[in-house]
Amino acid sequence: MEEQKISVWGSVRFWRNTAVWVTGFAVLLLIWLSLDTIPQISAGTIEDLENGVTKRVPSAAVINYEIGYELDNKRKTEIPIIGGKQMFFGRNDYSEEEATELVSHGKMTVQSKNCMNCHTLLGNGAYYAPDLTKSWLDPAWSETGPYRPMTGKATTEEAMAEFLQHPNKYPTHARMMPDLGITPDEAIAVVAFLKHMSSIDTNGFPRNFNKIKGAVNAK
Amino acid sequence: MLSRVMNVQYESQKLAINYFQVALILFGAQLLFGLTTAIQYLYPQFLFGIIDFSVGRMVHLNAMIVWLLYAMIGSVYWLLPDETGIETVGIKIGRLLFYILTLAVTIVVVVYLVVQVGPGNAMSRWLIHEGREYIEAPRWADIGIVVVVLGFLGNVFATAFKGKRTGIVTVLMIDLLALAGLYLAGMFYTKNVSVDQFWWWWVIHLWVEATWEVYVAAVIGYGLIKTIGANRKIIEMWIWIEVAMLFGSGILGIGHHYFWIGTPEYWLEIGALFSALEPVPLLGMFVHVIYDWGKQAGKRTPMTNTPAFSWFVVTTFGNFLGAGVWGFMHTLPQINLYTHGTQWTAAHGHLAFYGAYVAALIGMMYIGLQGKYGLKEMRMTASAKWGITLLTGGVLGMTMALTIAGYVQTFIERGQWGATWQGYFVGQNSPWMIQAYGWRLAMGVVTILGFVFLMKDMMTIARTAQRENLKTESTATATA
Repeated sequence: MEEQKISVWGSVRFWRNTAVWVTGFAVLLLIWLSLDTIPQISAGTIEDLENGVTKRVPSAAVINYEIGYELDNKRKTEIPIIGGKQMFFGRNDYSEEEATELVSHGKMTVQSKNCMNCHTLLGNGAYYAPDLTKSWLDPAWSETGPYRPMTGKATTEEAMAEFLQHPNKYPTHARMMPDLGITPDEAIAVVAFLKHMSSIDTNGFPRNFNKIKGAVNAK
Repeated sequence: MLSRVMNVQYESQKLAINYFQVALILFGAQLLFGLTTAIQYLYPQFLFGIIDFSVGRMVHLNAMIVWLLYAMIGSVYWLLPDETGIETVGIKIGRLLFYILTLAVTIVVVVYLVVQVGPGNAMSRWLIHEGREYIEAPRWADIGIVVVVLGFLGNVFATAFKGKRTGIVTVLMIDLLALAGLYLAGMFYTKNVSVDQFWWWWVIHLWVEATWEVYVAAVIGYGLIKTIGANRKIIEMWIWIEVAMLFGSGILGIGHHYFWIGTPEYWLEIGALFSALEPVPLLGMFVHVIYDWGKQAGKRTPMTNTPAFSWFVVTTFGNFLGAGVWGFMHTLPQINLYTHGTQWTAAHGHLAFYGAYVAALIGMMYIGLQGKYGLKEMRMTASAKWGITLLTGGVLGMTMALTIAGYVQTFIERGQWGATWQGYFVGQNSPWMIQAYGWRLAMGVVTILGFVFLMKDMMTIARTAQRENLKTESTATATA
């Protein structure tokens, strides 16, 4: 568009060029940061777990280990701590492939059952039901919590799996979870997915988790 | 005699009207399922096991996204002949794609409501839904959407290259291309939930906080030229300034979704900085529209479509308040650490989507309505006033109620109880929370009433305007 030369601030061409440069810069920076982020959030390996190498997203084989969530003195936020070996549905020798498949099956089930449109995962989703980010570590599902004794199961994973299959048998609140036809296999997979999710380094979200009754200790 | 025939010269604009019609039906569906879910917050037994909250919410969100897309495509088909001066190229394909899209949307919604959930395997993802908030559409529909959007883009590009390519059309071309391309980022399955959410936000965030905002800036520019005869040169310059500011802040503003999903800590700073800048272009848009309005009033040039212009004013207020202020209120990580995943987001979401997109697109529909019947002038009717007042008041009321709910939830569940399940339920059971949900429901009903008036107005305003125009003409003849 041709225009009289009054001032550069009134020139369409100037602002069009500015828009192109600003957008180009923002896009390039986003791509560059994404190229840095993706490797950082790709799952670690079983060897990392064995050698105590910390990953933001550990290998799915983390289901073989105890997981904690403790205040880190350096970062001043709570971070997941991988502890010693722990039984998960009676085993602690899931191979990398086995665990990855199990967690993936859990994730697929979580998607198929539309969990995210009531719950939040990593804080994203709907606000009709509790956040699932650290649900594996939630005291409600521990020995002393109300849910595990309610299901009559000995471990957190069994209690969660039982609840997922028969939510109508265990009313936790007036807002009950509907029966979504989750099979025993799917329930185990979902619990594996939840356990793995609790091991992700979320920069301290949720903050102050379970502070009232003290930290969840892995060691 | 009042003419009931369409007075539209271009096939493109006839197609636009069809897009608007389906958009309004889906808008109704959005409100209906918003109502069922709002009731469930207070009476959880309502429709339990029939249309569970998760199903209702999925339809509530998806109907909104799809109707906004319909109205966006419709608006482009409307303004394209006006801007380029020619009939849209490939309009027959455009019409065919409209029918395909509408059929696909119908099937998707019926499956959502009837099948609801499937087993935990890939088949569910391909045929029922994807289970990822906002972009739940099953994969087959994703592919269908891509095909339809490619066809639409082809029409827009071919028309722009053949006819006159104005600044508005140029911005829309680039923006729509980016908008369509981004959808691909949400079309694959990953085993890793952090990687999943990383790409998921490329679609959601880069749509609603970048490309959709630029789209709206361009469309409002067209709307201002149409309704108050704003100066095209200033409008086009201003759109480029908006593009610079919106993309400059919005693209890296994606960082505010990368605080807590496993992504590295540097996103805290990047997200904070750029998303804090996001309100600036929205304030700019607001100032610009009000300034143009003042100029128009000073010059006494006639406003040719008061309902449309009123909706554009609602957009600038609503976009700045809902997206800008309400977004900023919880975007800094220091606050978001506690508010993330609470009703805060719902409060922001309601006013932002309404302000930024719903209002702007209803404005475009009024322009379409005026053009459809070839009216020189269209003034506010009583229903139009009731519609805009009740819809805006209802959404503002819901936002206030949800903001209070957000405060209560954040303080009780997050602050006091350390974000545990027990804390969640203690928060939800708080009388303040229940009261807020009650007000949200009441204000939701007000919103629906507003929609009823809007629909009535859209069906009758043209006739009222024709009658009044005839009256003015006959008075003028009598005086002469």
